Amino acid sequence: MVVPKDYESDVEIAWCPGCGNFGILQAVKKALVEMKLEPHRLLFVSGIGQGPKLPHYTRGNVFNGLHGRTIPAATGARLANHELTVIGIDGDGGAYGEGLNHLLAAMRRNINMTYLVHNNQVYGLTKGQASPTSDAGFITKTTPLGAILPVNPLALALASDVSFLARGFSGDVEHLASLIKAGVKHRGFALIDILQPCVSFNRQNTFKWYRDRVYRVEDEGYDPTDKAAATAKAQEWGDRIPTGIIYRQERPVYEEQIPALKKKPLVRQPINPSQFEALLDEFA
Amino acid sequence: MTDFNIMVGGEAGQGVQSVGAIIAKTLARGDCHIFADQDYESRVRGGHNFFRIRASTRETGAVSEELDLLVALNSETIDIHKKEVKSDGLIIHDGETTQARISKTKGLDVPLIKLARDAAGNRLMANTVSVGAIFGLLDYNFEIIESILTKEFTRQGQKIIDDNIKAARAGYDHARKNGRSKTLPEIRLTSRKRAKILLNGNEAISLGALAAGCKLIAGYPMTPASSIMEYIAGKEKEYDVAAVHVEDEIAAINMAVGAGYAGIRSMVATSGGGFSLMVEGLALAGMTETPVVIVLGQRPGPATGLPTRTEQGELWYALHAGHGEFPRAVLSPSNAKEAFYAIVKAFNLAEKYQTPVIVLTDHHLATSYATVDRFDLRRVKIERGDTVSPTKIGEARSYRRHAVTDSGISPRALPGLTKALVVTDSDEHDEAGHMIEDAATRIEQDLKRLRKLNGLRKEIGPPVIKEAPKADATLIGWGSTGGAIEEAAAIFQKDGKAVSTIHFNEIWPFPADEVKAVFEKSGKTVVIESNATAQLAGLIRRETGKKVDHTILKYDGRPFSPKYIISHLKGVL
Repeated sequence: MVVPKDYESDVEIAWCPGCGNFGILQAVKKALVEMKLEPHRLLFVSGIGQGPKLPHYTRGNVFNGLHGRTIPAATGARLANHELTVIGIDGDGGAYGEGLNHLLAAMRRNINMTYLVHNNQVYGLTKGQASPTSDAGFITKTTPLGAILPVNPLALALASDVSFLARGFSGDVEHLASLIKAGVKHRGFALIDILQPCVSFNRQNTFKWYRDRVYRVEDEGYDPTDKAAATAKAQEWGDRIPTGIIYRQERPVYEEQIPALKKKPLVRQPINPSQFEALLDEFA
Repeated sequence: MTDFNIMVGGEAGQGVQSVGAIIAKTLARGDCHIFADQDYESRVRGGHNFFRIRASTRETGAVSEELDLLVALNSETIDIHKKEVKSDGLIIHDGETTQARISKTKGLDVPLIKLARDAAGNRLMANTVSVGAIFGLLDYNFEIIESILTKEFTRQGQKIIDDNIKAARAGYDHARKNGRSKTLPEIRLTSRKRAKILLNGNEAISLGALAAGCKLIAGYPMTPASSIMEYIAGKEKEYDVAAVHVEDEIAAINMAVGAGYAGIRSMVATSGGGFSLMVEGLALAGMTETPVVIVLGQRPGPATGLPTRTEQGELWYALHAGHGEFPRAVLSPSNAKEAFYAIVKAFNLAEKYQTPVIVLTDHHLATSYATVDRFDLRRVKIERGDTVSPTKIGEARSYRRHAVTDSGISPRALPGLTKALVVTDSDEHDEAGHMIEDAATRIEQDLKRLRKLNGLRKEIGPPVIKEAPKADATLIGWGSTGGAIEEAAAIFQKDGKAVSTIHFNEIWPFPADEVKAVFEKSGKTVVIESNATAQLAGLIRRETGKKVDHTILKYDGRPFSPKYIISHLKGVL
């Protein structure tokens, strides 16, 4: 039996009042309780930023590592124990800037984890600099001449043949929770890009700005298994912004291709030096 | 000590490495000790490569620069190496290829290509003909050559095996008929027992890692470390180990740390450039108290340096890499045997002290072959450190991953295996693993981590000290130079000089007390190392206050030979 209290933490939350992260936290907890997942079977791996502090504000095993390196740490943990449900958490800086190489590799590899990207199009923790997803021309202290063209995470993911791709909005907790559940249940790598206003440093992409633009693709009879349609959807940005499951496909999961993981998790396998005796004969 | 030295030289792509390995393996079946090293360029075709094999009546860990046989697969090899051939040595070459004119007393012209074509119908087997010629001159038991060739070419099928044996036979017979026989004094095939194995440093590390229970290696290829991951990856189908070829070295270290956090033994292997990318992850392991083993195979730097050559330029780097202060151990094995046991110890220390351990090697150790006694796997002891038993954990909310203890070691629980929640953070954290800002908790956790050094210090063995009474001099080194230094010292002893040696095969935490004691009666102290800035000499000064009298430094990318050390010591002693 899993109840909401199981995911309540007594750690004091360090986010600004009204921060979009609160909606994401609520959606994460809701999804986990609804899936009846016990906290000790769950591993949060996160990086650096305001969003990646999230695991401390709920409960589970937590590895809060380096900026941009969530995915390799999560991959290592998953390979060590593939019975763990692994959820990675980063901001747009960690996921699409510092750690982009890892994201591309993880999507190709199709490691079975869910990756939540708190995308507020600005750097919050370091106080207001441009992020990889800031709109072109966005003026900040580090980009007084305006930010360069933004990364399009959806298009990048599709180009890497991602196996599950969704976009949520922190202002729509119910919908976001359903996306997180779908991502966790999906076998393979699930990227969920979460639009989230930064109330302190982004006066351009506000709650109202997002709310006026987002819509749910499923309301329009969208087929998330159609890659051509997904590729077109990924280009939509501006007056209308699509949310929901953008793309999903079945692809071999990385863990299943490693013979050593077939029996049981590596962490449950004993260490037995003598089993390597035969290898010494190669050198005799 | 009697020894016999063979060099095979040619350009990249001519099979110098494989011929060299076959010769070494064949000799290793005899009752002798082998040390073999290779010299190659950072290219796939062309250039000049050589493979040197030393067969000796006594254990040796160093190269010799005096050749008994030089097998020249091209004329350049003769030009470069003929001065290394002893006065009674011999050059084996194919006159048609080399166009070299060498007197009958100095050279043996073997029509390698013609014999290969005639005997095996394949000119590419000229190399194997040269192997046969060597052993024909040595009057070596042909059955052994046959058995080695059979083993080497098993995967390529019976025809390739048969053709290679025919090619070898042709060279063997030709040499016996036309050559002046070279005997191997005291080196005879006396038994068929295979008590010894022949392997290089990286192979020893790979075997040691597997035996120690390494379940994951994450890596990005970089000379001279690549063959470690390649070896382990080659065993993925048979044994319970995962090898992940990752997108970069940053991913490698973070993946290994993630795996270590989740409870398996994990490692990375790289060289200086890749290690530089891993350094932030090294500090992550220090802060989150996660076990991880790093093999740092040095090569000359800075930057890309000399990719296929050797140096010991990263001692200080290995000791200090990483932002902030955290405990670590650094082991510096000097040969293949020590490398095997060093990696086992590295895994044990990493888990007992929940911190990164570096095994510092170099290109020379990584790629040189040596005969060693077959490893006794029963001697591989696994120590996994303090863990919290599932029954004692009780309520999940009470487990504190970073509990403050006298030893600094907080008993580990592993995520998912019990109800305990394992929380850790690269930010400074409290006992429960949650981020903190307050000074008192910071101090408490910082000191807790650093206290682990007290235990680690006791784990590090003293250097290998061989004291001569009333020493005239003490030769001091670390890592792969051990064999050359020891042999140089033995030669001086024979000349009536009293020479002690100190060799560091475990270097951090630095065993200062033992070193100070030897310095009291050392005679002149001479540090010998493969770098330009005398890093070990500096470390000794820093840790003991002792200033060494002399240094012999080599930073041309080539390994030390006993002869080189002796010639440079003559001015000192």
